[in-house]
Amino acid sequence: MAPPATPTTTPEPAPERPANLKALFWAFTWLALQGFGGVLAVVQRELVTRRRWLSNEEFIEDWAVAQILPGPNVVNLSIMIGDRYFGLRGAATAVLGMLAIPTFLVVGLAVVYLHFSSIPQVAGALRGMGAVAAGLVMGAGLRLTGALARHPLGGPLAMAFAVVTFIAMGLLRLPLGWVLLVVGGFACTLTWFRLGLAAASTLHGEPRP
Amino acid sequence: MTTADWLHLFLYYLLLSLMSVGGAIATAPDMHRFLVSEHGWLTDLQFNNSIAIAQSAPGPNVLFVGLFGWNVGMNAAGSAPHGWLMGALGLVVCMVGVLLPSSTVTWLTIRWAQRHRERRAVRAFRLGLAPLVVGLICSTGWVLAGSSGGIMQAWPLWSLSAVTALIVWRTRIHLLWLLAAGAALGAIGLV
Repeated sequence: MAPPATPTTTPEPAPERPANLKALFWAFTWLALQGFGGVLAVVQRELVTRRRWLSNEEFIEDWAVAQILPGPNVVNLSIMIGDRYFGLRGAATAVLGMLAIPTFLVVGLAVVYLHFSSIPQVAGALRGMGAVAAGLVMGAGLRLTGALARHPLGGPLAMAFAVVTFIAMGLLRLPLGWVLLVVGGFACTLTWFRLGLAAASTLHGEPRP
Repeated sequence: MTTADWLHLFLYYLLLSLMSVGGAIATAPDMHRFLVSEHGWLTDLQFNNSIAIAQSAPGPNVLFVGLFGWNVGMNAAGSAPHGWLMGALGLVVCMVGVLLPSSTVTWLTIRWAQRHRERRAVRAFRLGLAPLVVGLICSTGWVLAGSSGGIMQAWPLWSLSAVTALIVWRTRIHLLWLLAAGAALGAIGLV
C-alpha cells in the first residue's frame, strides 16, 4: 500500500471508495445529470464533500493533471478516478457513465429545441440557470482555497499563485498555454525546491537506512 | 457525405483531439473553420445552437461535438428515419474521434505518473499546479458569469451568480435546489 510520507506533500487518503463498477457508473451518470453548464462544480461537491471518494487535496491535484492533458477536463478526471479504483475497466466505466445517458438527453433537447426556444419563460429559465451555474463553479473554486493552506509552498504564497492565475485568466483573458507555462512553471520550480528542502530536513532529523 | 468524407471528418477529430489542451471548447474556433467555412457540412446557426444546447443541458460540455456530428449526419440524409440513423453515425464518429486519442494519452500518462509518484519532479509538477487550478476554476466561473453581459447591464444575473457562489462556499445545500431557484427567477423575469 501507500508508503508513509511527509505530511505536507501527500494528501490524506479519502476514507470511502466505490463498491463496484456499477456503483462507479451510476455515480458518474448522476454527476453528469446534475451538471448544467458544466460538470466541474458538481464533481467537487459529489465526489469530495458527499461521497468522500477524494480529499480536497487529491481533487486539486487530479484536476491539475486533467487540465494540462489534452481532452475535455471532466472526461480526463473520470479516467483518472475510474482507473484508480478498477484499472482500465474503471476508466472506461466512468467515461461511459459520464457520457451515455447525457448524450441521449442532449440529442433529445436538440430535436425539441426549435419548438420551445421562442417562449420567453423558457429562455428566461435557461438564463437564470446559466447565472447559477457560473456561481456554482465559482463557489467550488472558493471551497478549494481551504486546501491551499497545507500546500508545501505555504498558504499565503500558494494563495498568491491562485490570485495571479485568476487575474491572468479571468480578468486579462490571457491564453491558457502561456499562463500554465509562465505562472505554472514558476510555481512548479519553487515547489520542487521546497520539496527538496523538506526532504533534506527530514533526512537530517531522522536518517533512513 | 461520401465514405471518404466521413473518414476525413473522423481523421480531423482524431488530430484535433491531441491539440485540445484546455478542453474541447478551446478548439471550437478551429471546428468552425473546418465544418462551416471549409466544407459547409454545418450551418452557422447549427454551429452556435449546438454549443448553446450542450452548455445549458446537463452533462459535459464536450457533447457539443456530438451535436455537430448529429447535425452533419442529418444534413446529409435529409428526413427521418434515415436522417436519425445518419445523425447517430455522425455523433459516434465525432465523439469517438475527439475523445479516443486524448483519453489514451491521459490514461498512459496517469499510469506512468502513478508508477513514479514518489519522484520529486512528479510531485513538484502535481503540487505546483494546485494553486493555479484553484485560480483557473474561479476564473472559469467568472468568465461564465460574464457570458451574459457586463456587470453594469447584467447586474441581476451577476448578483445571482455571486449569491450562488457564497451559498456553495458556505453551506451544503443541494445544487439542484439552486438551479431550480435560478430557473424560477429567470422564468418569471426577475433576472
